[in-house]
Amino acid sequence: MNNKLIKFFNLAGLTWFVPIVKICAGDNPTQQIRQMWLIIGVPIVAFIIFLSLWSASASRINTSLGAIPGPSAVWHEFGGLLDEHTAERQKEQEFYQQQLQENQETLTKDPKAEVNTFVYTGKSTYLDQIFTSLYTVFTGFILATLLAVPLGILCGMSETFRTALNPLIQIFKPVSPLAWLPIVTLTVSALYQTSDDSWFDKSFLTSAITVTLCSLWPTLINTTVGVASIDKDLVNVGKVLRLSWSTQIRKIILPSALPYIFTGMRLSLGVGWMVLIAAEMLAQNPGLGKFVWDEFQNGSSQSLGRIMVAVFTIGIIGFALDRVMQTLQNLFSFGKPQ
Amino acid sequence: MKYAKIFTLRKPMIACFTALTLLSFSVVPVTNAAEKLEKPNLKLGFIKLTDMAPFAIAYEKGFFKDEGLNVQLEAQANWKVVLDRVVSGELDGSHMLAPVPLGASVGFGAKADIITAFSMGLNGSAITVSNDIWKQMKPNVPVKDGVVVHPIKADALKPVVDLYKSKGKPFNMAMTFPVSSHNFKLRYWLAGGGISPGYYAPPQDTSGQVDASVMLSVTPPPQMPATMEAGTIFGFCVGEPWNQQAVAKGVGVPVITDDEMWKDIPEKVFGVNKAWAEKNPKTHVAVVKALIRASMWLDADNNKNRAEAVKILSQSKYVGADEKVIANSMTGTFEYEKGDKRALPDFNLFFRNNATYPYYSGAVWYLTQMRRWGQINEYKDDAWYIDTAKKVYRPDIYMLAADALVADKKAKAEDFPAKTETGFKPEQAYFIDGVAFDGTKPNDYLAKFAIGLKGKQVVAGGKVTGE
Repeated sequence: MNNKLIKFFNLAGLTWFVPIVKICAGDNPTQQIRQMWLIIGVPIVAFIIFLSLWSASASRINTSLGAIPGPSAVWHEFGGLLDEHTAERQKEQEFYQQQLQENQETLTKDPKAEVNTFVYTGKSTYLDQIFTSLYTVFTGFILATLLAVPLGILCGMSETFRTALNPLIQIFKPVSPLAWLPIVTLTVSALYQTSDDSWFDKSFLTSAITVTLCSLWPTLINTTVGVASIDKDLVNVGKVLRLSWSTQIRKIILPSALPYIFTGMRLSLGVGWMVLIAAEMLAQNPGLGKFVWDEFQNGSSQSLGRIMVAVFTIGIIGFALDRVMQTLQNLFSFGKPQ
Repeated sequence: MKYAKIFTLRKPMIACFTALTLLSFSVVPVTNAAEKLEKPNLKLGFIKLTDMAPFAIAYEKGFFKDEGLNVQLEAQANWKVVLDRVVSGELDGSHMLAPVPLGASVGFGAKADIITAFSMGLNGSAITVSNDIWKQMKPNVPVKDGVVVHPIKADALKPVVDLYKSKGKPFNMAMTFPVSSHNFKLRYWLAGGGISPGYYAPPQDTSGQVDASVMLSVTPPPQMPATMEAGTIFGFCVGEPWNQQAVAKGVGVPVITDDEMWKDIPEKVFGVNKAWAEKNPKTHVAVVKALIRASMWLDADNNKNRAEAVKILSQSKYVGADEKVIANSMTGTFEYEKGDKRALPDFNLFFRNNATYPYYSGAVWYLTQMRRWGQINEYKDDAWYIDTAKKVYRPDIYMLAADALVADKKAKAEDFPAKTETGFKPEQAYFIDGVAFDGTKPNDYLAKFAIGLKGKQVVAGGKVTGE
């Protein structure tokens, strides 16, 4: 039981809890407490030192928007953003209630009248923007994975294919999202016609595709390496057994290459999240990137604090995404964590 | 579960939802077809400037709603994005610089058919120089009774520019867009003081720096104060609140406002794609009606609503700057040098003086300036100027909205220009350099300037050629 728990915590990246479980199981407490101090205490102390350094130095730097906000000011802005969110939701509800009421009145007067079914158009709040960003990055990331894994498998299996694609990969891999954006924007505008009830906004597609283009490469390269480095004996056994292509891929290639693929996907998601903010700023997709840009444009005395809130949000979400991917990666590495 | 609803919306869900609701309502027969708008759900773009106020007010005060419109307002990154998105149809219409639809029609930059039936206000911009340049300029500025005399002409800046030129250092200033009111105002002011702002030579050279003493370049409005603080530019011409922001942050000093330079310059317009307007004529009129009411509200009873407007505009979803910065210019005063606050009641006009009416003469003035600086790099006859203006500026649509408002008893007929209005204001003489402008004689007007293209002149090979 305990071993299973420890294994689970290690797998899930929640190593903080491992010593506690061990103490409960009756391991040497002094040793475990030392261990706890090392993995819990030290990071916390470091974080506190960081906060106090920040707090002490921030007030000394004066920008044209006032002093750089310290931790407490940022925390305050975070509260303000949450309040705004609740207030906006309140307004939204009132809007729908009023619409419903008006519609009922019109219908009682004239049961055949056409009524309004408007969607609320208030501003998107900070939490809305976080979810837009997550939605965008995952769309881009899934697209990238769907492209990169099959391509990677092909590259890994055929040397000719690999040599053919190699120059393209090497050339496009280092391109920044800022360079892709204008091209993507214009292409999307030309090819994608929106109407009133289109599923996606152009700005959303532009950002998502930019994320795809930038986060494609780590998965592609890792899949290639993973597939190419499969034990030749395994492949030969497959040939001897006259396994069909699809069975070979499913039974031999995918299982052995999975750890590599997941490593690639983890890197890809990290890149995608980083790229997204820049893409949203320029494509005006209503997510965190646009939030930062709008606040920069606002230039009010709260703007810096709010941008700082966004910086921490971006960091914490990035960290959480990485942890999730790490766990997946561990799960598929069959007990050899990388 | 306070935040349980955060998973709401996002387009696919909205699409499913609207599809469902449409299905459930499709059995209801349409009764009042005459009143029905072609497109009640609109997305309008704006740039974070105080003159977007008619949008914010029409939204907050329910004027859009009164016309049966469900409008979403969205801040845009810059003027280029605004134009592209109106052309591509992502935006149904937008807050636009007054000359942008003209530029698009002439084909300087992107060619597109944009029209406007509503002028979003007059004046509201200023030219600001950095503290350092102001210090060098100030000795040349006339002083009376211990205070600086306004308006300040560019003559005071000329020695400073000459000094930079003699040292071989570039003198950089910024405006907001090549076909912006700010570019033309800044050029007008500089040229009035004998400083050459440089020519455009399309299609090869669109930098506008041919034969220039002052290098003008584009900076997005909200970045102006920060760019000036960084020392990249020495001055800029931009709308509010960015001039007052520069004063509040102590980075620069406004030297002249546009209503001191040419009273009642059309500043922003509500621009829509021509194809959109043809497809949605009733919707277009409905939007213009709501915007007219918002502008009336803004100027009503001697600006008594301005304080409330300032509060609305300072929300982060609209302009977002601090309330007191916005208030500085919106409430009839303007702060020049820190502490030098003066009354300027006609700075930022929304409705008075027929501010919302899209005059042809305003359009012709911008076209003459585009010709003057080479954006139109060939001779055009007077008829061309007038025809182009009439193609883009559409007082006919404006008057439909005005008549509807009068019929609704939401406005009085005398609030609007008379039916006999030609769209050309009589000869206007209140320019800072004293050159009078008659909208019906653009070529005569161009011939009066010392600096600038006139007659058959063109810019070629890096210089002005021709007679």
